[in-house]
Amino acid sequence: MAISESFYSRALSFTNARLWKLVHIDILLLGSLLILIAGGLFVLYSASGQNEAMVERQVLRLTVGMFVCLVLAQLPPKYMRRASPALFLFLVTLLVCVLLFGVGAKGAQRWLSLPGGLRFQPSEIMKIVMPMMVAWYFSDRSLPPTFKQIASVLALIVLPVFMIARQPDLGTSLLVAVSGIFALFLAGLGWRYILGAAATAPIAAYTLWQVMHDYQRQRVLTFLNPESDPLGSGWNIIQSKTAIGSGGVYGKGWLEGTQAQLDFLPESHTDFIIAVLAEEFGMLGCGLLICAYLLVIARGLYIAAHAEDNYARLLAGSLTLTFFVYMFVNIGMVSGILPVVGVPLPLVSYGGTSIITIMATFGILMSIQTHKRAR
Amino acid sequence: MSRNHQHFRNYREEQKLTQRRLIAAAIFVLLLAITLMSRLFYLQVIEYELYQTKADDNRVMLVTEAPPRGLIYDRNGVVLADNIPIHSLTVIPERIENFPELKRVLSGIIEISDDEWEDFENRLKEYRRPFQSLTLKSQLTDEEWAKVAVDLYKLDGVQVEAQLTRYYPFGEAFAHAIGYVGRITPRDLERVDKLAYQGALFIGKTGIEGYYEDTLFGEAGFSKVEVNARGRIMSELESQMPVPGQDVHLHLDARLQQYAYDLLGDYTGSVVAIDPETGGILALVSKPGFNPNLFVRGISVKDYSALRLSTELPLFNRALRGGYPPASTIKPFMALAGLEYGHASWTERYFAKGYYQINPNGRRYRDWKRTGHGWIDLERSIIESVDTYYYQLANKMGITPIHDFLDRFGFGRSTLLDLYGDSIGLLPSNEWKQAKYQEPWYPGDSVNVGIGQGFMVATPMQIASATSALASRGRYFYPRMAKDIANKPAKFEDGLGEEHDIILKDQRNWERMVNAMRKVITDSKGTARRLKGTQYNIAGKTGTGQVFSLQEDEEYDSEKLDKSLHDHALFIGFAPAKKPKISVFAIFENGGSSSKPAELSKKLFDAYLYDTYPARYNNLKGSENGDQ
Repeated sequence: MAISESFYSRALSFTNARLWKLVHIDILLLGSLLILIAGGLFVLYSASGQNEAMVERQVLRLTVGMFVCLVLAQLPPKYMRRASPALFLFLVTLLVCVLLFGVGAKGAQRWLSLPGGLRFQPSEIMKIVMPMMVAWYFSDRSLPPTFKQIASVLALIVLPVFMIARQPDLGTSLLVAVSGIFALFLAGLGWRYILGAAATAPIAAYTLWQVMHDYQRQRVLTFLNPESDPLGSGWNIIQSKTAIGSGGVYGKGWLEGTQAQLDFLPESHTDFIIAVLAEEFGMLGCGLLICAYLLVIARGLYIAAHAEDNYARLLAGSLTLTFFVYMFVNIGMVSGILPVVGVPLPLVSYGGTSIITIMATFGILMSIQTHKRAR
Repeated sequence: MSRNHQHFRNYREEQKLTQRRLIAAAIFVLLLAITLMSRLFYLQVIEYELYQTKADDNRVMLVTEAPPRGLIYDRNGVVLADNIPIHSLTVIPERIENFPELKRVLSGIIEISDDEWEDFENRLKEYRRPFQSLTLKSQLTDEEWAKVAVDLYKLDGVQVEAQLTRYYPFGEAFAHAIGYVGRITPRDLERVDKLAYQGALFIGKTGIEGYYEDTLFGEAGFSKVEVNARGRIMSELESQMPVPGQDVHLHLDARLQQYAYDLLGDYTGSVVAIDPETGGILALVSKPGFNPNLFVRGISVKDYSALRLSTELPLFNRALRGGYPPASTIKPFMALAGLEYGHASWTERYFAKGYYQINPNGRRYRDWKRTGHGWIDLERSIIESVDTYYYQLANKMGITPIHDFLDRFGFGRSTLLDLYGDSIGLLPSNEWKQAKYQEPWYPGDSVNVGIGQGFMVATPMQIASATSALASRGRYFYPRMAKDIANKPAKFEDGLGEEHDIILKDQRNWERMVNAMRKVITDSKGTARRLKGTQYNIAGKTGTGQVFSLQEDEEYDSEKLDKSLHDHALFIGFAPAKKPKISVFAIFENGGSSSKPAELSKKLFDAYLYDTYPARYNNLKGSENGDQ
């Protein structure tokens, strides 16, 4: 922590800190994000089969995301705090609406249709609002939380998670749960509870298995033994492992990945985009990408550690950690150490509402960092 | 302190708590990031080669290109098996979304029979390379081609492809000699290199096409191609051109073959002509034949069952597999056996009655001439085909010398160098009868064999090659089809292609026997005296083979018998007698009188020796002046 602190403060001294603070932009976070985004677009161009239109659309989406980020950065955290419970209630209502009138594809209802042909996915926003709600809950309570408080917070978490899981959208519901639990963890959830939860994990896993849909169970089974169905559900994971492994240390070169360019790799521009990077740029390229992520995460954690109040700390910390989980789950699933749950690689995978919400996350972090009263 | 916990919050302590938690989280993040890197290290460094191979297996595919098949020519350069371009309607199944719809649209354009559809659907189930086109209808007529071409743009995945197909210009007369190619079946693939035949449309099944498959096929071309996940070829990595198949030039004379086939008329039967100087087969006729072109792209069920169920057995190769009693055509060989083993001589005289008895009062073996031939000698026994002479001779010799002598002429064995599937006939022996019937050989058995009946069975090819050996005075060649392969003289393994002389104790007997056989034509009592009056000399021997046995005192009366029970009519002969260039065996099944095959043979001699073929055979003449 100390190392990164001195690193960032030294780096800051080279910039006009006052100017950036005035426009509420955290230049280090922005810089790390831009590195990540630039690298991502580079890979996407290859992964999309050199489809420039697709890259342009992604740039447009990132631009919108960046706009949302910078707008949110202007909003002082105290307004966010005050709006948190109302936002949460509103989103829970929307989730109920999704279950009742939602539209979707492949047997899952995830979207609400808005007038003008727009579609809107409330569960996506819940990834931000969930930690906001937990942080709000602890904002005027002293830490660490009591057992009763823990129980109340868990109830708050379980409600939307359950509704999202019912859509069904296992990936998002897990991320929402994780974002809430991180906030609880940062609030000082006792270690004995954490160990206790770990002990009861097998029981939880069993319960989860019972409520899972067939296609979700299939994913788990395929994960455990991909070779059981090499042309069916195991295809994705076998091909992505092949792409990664055949990349070696230095990769086959940009646009030279045979797995990606010859369409052996499924979803190469969305969920499995890291395999394209791994194939074309090897372990070196992957290492650099992971480093770029760690840079963003380190800055996020720094912001959290130096935030003004409990609300800001818990929110910033859990948003940053959720971002990490995003990345970890995606790379883990593509490389075959986690089951295939539809989680995109944040800011690199093509499309989705996720880019906007993730950029919104960083807007909140910038707001937290730049609205601190001078000490 | 604890009492005031609710009211006086220690903000500093709370900040510290969260910061400690953040540090714990940061450590956790680092550990997980290391986990990911380790996983990548494992896949990309430790298991690199495994996945490298897997990736190449995915993308690299071997595609074969069938070479153009070698042609088959007759001795004069007439093409007997040709490659011709055809246009076929082909379909790439991967690009068809809805087969019933395709069927509906296509039937609106050209006629595609149910058979063709069924066949197509069957082949669809077999293994093939993805994106490989599959023939739906082959050999489009120009009209059909035009119709399809107009609407082709509407039909995704359907195309008209130009292909080389096998074509037999002279059809059925040659089917049993040349054989045919047919669609490759899974059973065919068991005996050839599967990969090489991946791009081939057909494979040699029978005859020359079957025997010389490797020569005619050539070497398949290979290309390593890069394919995408759906099997579509994206680029070629390396390739090796196919090596065209080699041509096969046969001894066969196309005009002789066609003429012999036509001369059999409405009779079923067989003609085999051999060049005694080389053992080359000049004609190999089995009638009826069939249209070999039907088989090339897969024969329809309807056509096949018509051929299979025909009572005339068109698919049966009589020349190689037909088992007939050689009848009196065996007599020259029997006489030579008698001379060889000292049981007969040219000077000894014999009184030929109308019948022969092993024991007085025993069974009467009748001569074809009821009144008998009177005092005769060996030569006359050939001229007049005296049965009783051979009854007594065979009885005197017993079966063992007969067996051993006839074996030297190829009876009872397979002697073909380059055709498959011949029958070995039956050259009986003591041991054979013991094994087959658990009975000893009886003198009566020998008596029947003496005139080429009884247990003795031979194929036209066997009798013809024995005749050829006789014609060349003991210079025996195994009969062969191929003359040149890739313009070099055909070679056969184990020296089987060489001459295998039959040396008699008295070599003069060859000339004497040929002389006797000449008199079969020239003598006023000769059984083939009708052939008299040629500007060259013919030597020959007639034969009539019993289809069923007559009772001892029953009279053969062709008027009363059903045609299928009429005797088979046989003839062996060669010309010119002094230095034969052609020897012939001909059989008319149920032909009754041996004059039919004798006259046929004479016409073949005339045509072959003096080029007096009827004008209608000019298209089979060839442009090269064949080497004699």
